[in-house]
Amino acid sequence: MSGSGPFQDKPSLRVESLTLKRGERILVRDLSFVAAPGAFVEVRGGNGAGKTTLLRALAGFLKPSAGRIVFDGAEEPSLTMHYVGHLNALKGGASVRAHLRYWAGLFGVAERDDEALSRLSLAAQADLPARVLSQGQARRLALSRLVIAKRPVWLLDEPAAALDAQGRAVLAALIEAHRADGGVVVAAVHEALGPAPSQTLTVGV
Amino acid sequence: MSAFVATFKRDVALMWTGGGALAPVGYFLGATMLVPLAMGPDRALLEAAGPPLVWIAAALAVLATLERLFQADLEDGSLEQMLLSPAPLEMLVLAKGLAMWCVVGLPIALAGAPAAIALQAPIELVPAIVLSLALGMAAFIGVGLVGAALTAGVKRGGVLIALIVLPFFAPPIIFGSAVAVGDAVAAALSILAGCALGATALGPIAAAGALRLQAE
Repeated sequence: MSGSGPFQDKPSLRVESLTLKRGERILVRDLSFVAAPGAFVEVRGGNGAGKTTLLRALAGFLKPSAGRIVFDGAEEPSLTMHYVGHLNALKGGASVRAHLRYWAGLFGVAERDDEALSRLSLAAQADLPARVLSQGQARRLALSRLVIAKRPVWLLDEPAAALDAQGRAVLAALIEAHRADGGVVVAAVHEALGPAPSQTLTVGV
Repeated sequence: MSAFVATFKRDVALMWTGGGALAPVGYFLGATMLVPLAMGPDRALLEAAGPPLVWIAAALAVLATLERLFQADLEDGSLEQMLLSPAPLEMLVLAKGLAMWCVVGLPIALAGAPAAIALQAPIELVPAIVLSLALGMAAFIGVGLVGAALTAGVKRGGVLIALIVLPFFAPPIIFGSAVAVGDAVAAALSILAGCALGATALGPIAAAGALRLQAE
């Protein structure tokens, strides 16, 4: 790793006249925006407006029916980003620490579970199985993926769901630090997360 | 730790702690032990017809474990994270299949020894039957990955999996049964090995393709 930030490359996200459909319904029509390194894009819209669909398309899970999603300066888009969706990707039978180690392996990075545990305030739960975690603790564990593997683009779908005030403060700090490092954050939200967004997209209008 | 090893270890640990490891073996042993009871006390009849039935029990035991293989990953969001791994999805699927073979396939193959003896297989054939089951399990799981991936988004997809994969279970059952009755054992084992290799090589590729569609 070299340069000022922790990322070897600082990709920017460029979306060109994107149209997304779910079934026959058009949810996003002709959307274009650019998120440069350090950008924090807030995605707003009512329930069912297409916020999740947009994020899933950015993550590459969903093929756009028209338009392009480009990560300028990134070799392999799927290795550039983190996706924290509604589903926390937890297995009830595995411990908190086992999740952190598995993700380190899955993302091909060195294990740093103690750092993740302390930053997300999960140290006391490290050896508990995920099934006994509260909703908020499960959310923290899902967010710990952001710490385990350094990836420049974060796609967050209502990341503050179920988080208490302290959890929200931790999330806000993570986002600020990530932007300072030159990372990009795209977050679908209903209420402001704390850090001031560099731009706000409204879908479903 | 590579993504392949991490996935393998996680799946082995989850199947083991979830109690998923012993249930299929119990199912297999229970089903085979019922055969002598159903056939009655005629020993000659059991000697003639019994041993191949280990293959029916083995196929059903595998089928019973396939339904949740990818469904759980789809429902809890793990599949999305697998798609963001530097390792290709095909390799992660192979790791899950290998984990299943270790936790479910191999124990069933070993349990094939007492099961074959209970079904009056000649004692000298028992090692070949265990080996044939180990190979057959790899073939079943390789094909089963595809069925499990195709039905991951279907509630109660177990019956659908059976309809999809059972036709592909036929070759291993045919040649496995040949081993069980001592008919051209070496040739049948070679063909079973071919089935196992083919299913292990192609199954993960097809299953990964199906899973990408499910993730949409």
